[in-house]
Amino acid sequence: MTYLYLAIFAILGAFARYQQTLIVQALTGPGFPWATLSINVLGSGVMGFLFFETLERITMSPKLRTGLLTGGLGAYTTFSTFSIETYHLLARGDIGRALLYITSSVGLSLIAVFLGAYLSRSIGV
Amino acid sequence: MTYVFIALFAILAAFARYGQTVIVQAWAGRDFPWATLSINVFGSFLMGYLFYATLASAMAPALRTGILIGGLGTYTTFSTFSLETLNLIEEGESRKGLLYITSSVGLSLIAVVLGAALSRSIGV
Repeated sequence: MTYLYLAIFAILGAFARYQQTLIVQALTGPGFPWATLSINVLGSGVMGFLFFETLERITMSPKLRTGLLTGGLGAYTTFSTFSIETYHLLARGDIGRALLYITSSVGLSLIAVFLGAYLSRSIGV
Repeated sequence: MTYVFIALFAILAAFARYGQTVIVQAWAGRDFPWATLSINVFGSFLMGYLFYATLASAMAPALRTGILIGGLGTYTTFSTFSLETLNLIEEGESRKGLLYITSSVGLSLIAVVLGAALSRSIGV
C-alpha cells in the first residue's frame, strides 16, 4: 500500500511542478529561475505544515502519510533542477544572480518550513 | 506523451528515493540526514551528466522531459532538506544544520559540474 500511495502522490507532485514551471516561466521569462524557487519555497512551507499537522493533529495511516509527504511533497520540490540552474547562471557569468538564487532558495525555504510548522502548532487542538 | 513519461519516471524516482532513504538510514542512523544528502548530490550529478548528454541527441523531447523533470526532479527533494534542517536546529544541533546546508549546496554544485564535464569529455 505504501508504494501505491507513493506512486499516486509522486505523479501528482511531478505534474504540479511541471505545470507551475511552464506557467511561471511564461510569466517571468528565463532571466532568473523563479519557477523552481517558487516551487521549493511553497513545497517547504506545505511540508512544515503537513509534517506536524499529520504528526500531532490529524489521524492518518502511516502509509498515506508517507505517500503524501515523501511521495507528493518530495516529488513536487527538487534539488537537481536547483543545482543545474545555479550552474547555468554561473556558466553564463551571472555570479551575483547565482548567489542570490542559492541564498534565497535556502533562506526562504527555511523560513517557509518554519512558518508552516509554526502555523500547525499555533492552530492547536 | 510528455505526461506519460513524466508519470512513469516520477514513480520510479519516488521509489528510488524512498528505497535509498530506508537503506541509508538503516546503515548510517538518523543523527545526520545522510540519506537525503546522498540523494541530492547523486541526483545533481546525474542531472549535470544527462542534461548535456541528451541535449544534442536524437531523443524525443517528451522522453527527455520525462527523464530530467519527471525522473531526476522527483528523485531529488528540497522540502525534505528544509524539514530536516529545521529538525536539526530545533534539536539544538545548529552546527549540524549549518553543515547540512553547506554540504548539500556545495557538494550538489560540485556534482553537477562534474556530471556536465563528464558528458562533455565523453563527447556524444
